[in-house]
Amino acid sequence: MSVSTGSRRALEKGPSGWLAAPALIFFLLFAIVPLFGVLFLSFTKWNGLGEITLDGFSSWTTVLTDPITGNAMLVTAKIMFFSFIVQAPISLLLGVFTAGGQKYRAALAVLYFVPLLLSSAAVAIAFKALLDPNFGLGPGLGLPFLAQDWLGNSDLVLFVVVFVIAWQFVPFHTLIYQGGVRQIPTSLYEAAQIDGAGRMQQFFSITLPQLKYTIITSSTLMVVGSLAYFDLIFVLTAGGPGYATRLLPLHMYLTGFKANDMGAASALGVILVVIGLALALVLQRLGGKNRNDSQLEGA
Amino acid sequence: MFNRKLRSTALTAAATVLTLSLAACGSSGPANVSADSPSMWTLTGANQSNTQASVDSWNEAHADQSIKVDFFANDAYKTKVRTAVGAGEGPTFIYGWGGGVLESYVDAGQIEDLTGFLAENPEVKDRYLQSVLKSGEIDGKTYAIPNTTIQPIVLYYNKELFEKVGAQPPKTWDELMALVPKFKEAGVAPFSLGGQSKWPDLMWLEYLVDRIGGPEVFNNIAANKPDAWSDPAVVEALTKIQDLVNAGGFINGFSSIAADSNADQALLYTGKAAMVLHGGWIYQGMKKDAPDFTNNGKLGFTTFPTVEGGKGDPANIVGNPSNFWSVSSKATEGQKNAALNYIKDGMYTEQQSQTLVDSGGVPPVNGIESMLEASPDKDFLTFVYDMAKDAPNFQLSWDQALTPAQGDAMLSNLDQIFLNKITPEQFVTTMNATIGK
Repeated sequence: MSVSTGSRRALEKGPSGWLAAPALIFFLLFAIVPLFGVLFLSFTKWNGLGEITLDGFSSWTTVLTDPITGNAMLVTAKIMFFSFIVQAPISLLLGVFTAGGQKYRAALAVLYFVPLLLSSAAVAIAFKALLDPNFGLGPGLGLPFLAQDWLGNSDLVLFVVVFVIAWQFVPFHTLIYQGGVRQIPTSLYEAAQIDGAGRMQQFFSITLPQLKYTIITSSTLMVVGSLAYFDLIFVLTAGGPGYATRLLPLHMYLTGFKANDMGAASALGVILVVIGLALALVLQRLGGKNRNDSQLEGA
Repeated sequence: MFNRKLRSTALTAAATVLTLSLAACGSSGPANVSADSPSMWTLTGANQSNTQASVDSWNEAHADQSIKVDFFANDAYKTKVRTAVGAGEGPTFIYGWGGGVLESYVDAGQIEDLTGFLAENPEVKDRYLQSVLKSGEIDGKTYAIPNTTIQPIVLYYNKELFEKVGAQPPKTWDELMALVPKFKEAGVAPFSLGGQSKWPDLMWLEYLVDRIGGPEVFNNIAANKPDAWSDPAVVEALTKIQDLVNAGGFINGFSSIAADSNADQALLYTGKAAMVLHGGWIYQGMKKDAPDFTNNGKLGFTTFPTVEGGKGDPANIVGNPSNFWSVSSKATEGQKNAALNYIKDGMYTEQQSQTLVDSGGVPPVNGIESMLEASPDKDFLTFVYDMAKDAPNFQLSWDQALTPAQGDAMLSNLDQIFLNKITPEQFVTTMNATIGK
C-alpha cells in the first residue's frame, strides 16, 4: 500500500481543527457567555423584573454569611458522598455481570436499562406516589414497614433521595462498566486461567486494574453530576422538609426564582461552577500521571 | 486530551445548571397565532374547565379576537410567569393574586393601569363586590380585575368521622386542641395538611395571628414597620401551632404532602383525616373528585375557631378575595383591545357565572343570591358568599401580600416551625431582618 506524503502528514496532524468549530461555538454561546453573564449578575441587585443595578459585593456577603448556603453545601457533599459509595460498587458489579455473554444476562441488562429511559421528573413523581405514607406502597400493600414517612422525616429523607438517584443512574454507570469490561482482551483471562488464578483473583488482578480509566470516568460523572441534581429532588421533596434536601443547585434556583434575588442566585451559580471545576481537576489528578500508558500491556 | 475533554464536560455540566435556568426565560413565550390574538396564562385545577368554557364561547363569537389559553400548575406558574414577564415575553392576560407581586409588576411598568377603563365602563366596575375589586388596586389605581371565585380559607370537616367519635366542630382553640386526642384514639388524623407546598401551613398562622392580635398585626408587617414581627400575637400564634404539631394534630407525613396533588383533600374525603383548613377552591376540587362526599351532606364547613382573649373579630377572614387578570403593557394594541373587550363583555356573563356556581364556586359579583339559592351546593355557596360580604376584614394571603423575597423567607421559616426545627423567637428574629426587603 502506498500513501502519498501529503496525506501522511495529514494523518500525523490529525483531522482539521475546524471540525471542532461548531461545538466550540455552541460551547462559547451557551456555556462561556452565560458564565460571564452570571458572574456579572452576582455583583448586581435584580429581582428579575425591573432595573439591574450594580451592588458591589453585597450579594456575595449575603450568600456567604447565610447559614442556609453552608447547609446547602453540606447537603450537596452528603448526597455526593453517599451517591458515590452506593452507586459505584453496584454499577461496577452489575457492569461486570452484564458483560458476560450469556443470554439471560443480556436479557437482564435490558431490564436494568429501563430506569435510564425515564425522565427525572417522571421518576420523581412515581417515587413520590409510591412513598406516600397515606396512599403509597406501604398502606396499599398493608406493609407497615413500608409506610414510613420517607419524604417527610428530616433524618430519613436524604437517604431516600440517594436511593432514588441511585435507582435512576446506576443503569447508566452499569453501561459504562459493561463497555469497559468488554474491552478487556480475553487473552488476559485465558493466561490467568492457565496460571491457575481463580475467579476472585481474576477480578481483582485483571478486571479492576484494567477498568482503572473507566472507574475514573464513571466516578467523575457521578461526583460532578451530583452538583447538577436538581429536577429529581425539586419534584420529589422541593428541598424539604425544612432544608434537609436543599442542595446547592436547588438553593440557587429557589433563591433566584422563588425569592427573586437574582444577584444572590448568580453568586451561588458561580460557587457551583468553581466547585465543579475543582472536583473534576482533583479526580483527574487521582488518575495518576501515567494516564497515557497503554491499558493493554501484555496484550 | 482526555483531561481537557473531561474538564469541558464538567464545565458543561456546571454551566448547564445555569443555562437551564436562563433558557427557561426564553423557551416558551406565547405562540402568537396572529399578532393581535391575545394570549392567556392561567392555572390548572378548580377553575380550569370554567375558564376554558368562557374562552371557548368568546372565541366562537369573536373569531377576530380569539384568545389562546394555556394552563399551568400553581407552583410552577408562579415562577414561570414572572420570568416570562421579566423577559418581556409574558402573556397578554397575566393571572395573579394581587398584593406584593402585583405591586412589583406595577413598579416595573409591566402591566396596564385599568382605572381609566373602569371609569369608561362603569358596568364592569359595578358588577363586582367592591371589597374584592379593591384587592386589585395599588395606590388607589386598579391594575387587576377579579376573574374567578371568592376563596376564603374555610375549616372543612368530615361529618361521618365527627359522628363516629361523638364530637362537635371546634368553636374555640381549646375545643380544637381537645379534639386532637379524641380523633387520635379513633385512629384518625385530626388534621390533613399539604405541608410540602408550605403555603397551606401559612393559613394556620394567618388565622391565628388575626384571631389573637387582629388585622393590625399584619398590616404593620405589610407596611414594613421596623420589628413588626415582634408583636406578641405572632409568637403566641407560632407557639400554638407547635403545640398542635406536638400533640400530633397533623397527619403522619404532612411535610411530604404536596397540595398540588390534591392528596390533602383526598385524606379528608377518604376518612383518613377529620378536618382540613383550606381554601374555598377545594370544594370545587372535591365536588369533582368525590361527588358522593360533597353532595350527600358528608362534608361540613365552618369558620376558624376563636382564641380566648384574642382581639380579632371572629368574622374576619383570610384567603384570596379572588384571582385576577392583569393586562400586559408589552402586548400589542390589538391584543390589549381584545383583552379589554373580553373583560368587558366575555366575563361573568349570566352563563359564565352559572358555570362557576355549578362547579361549586362563588363569583365575586353582585346580585347572584338567587343563583346561589337555586344551586344544589347552596349551603356551601351562601356560607362563602355571606362570609365574604360580611367580613370586617378580608386579609389577602400573606405570601401574596408581601414581596416575593419576604414571602419566600416567611414560608421557609414557617416550615421550620412546623418541623420544630426553630423556636417562635427565632422565627421572629429572622423575619424582622427581612422587613423592607
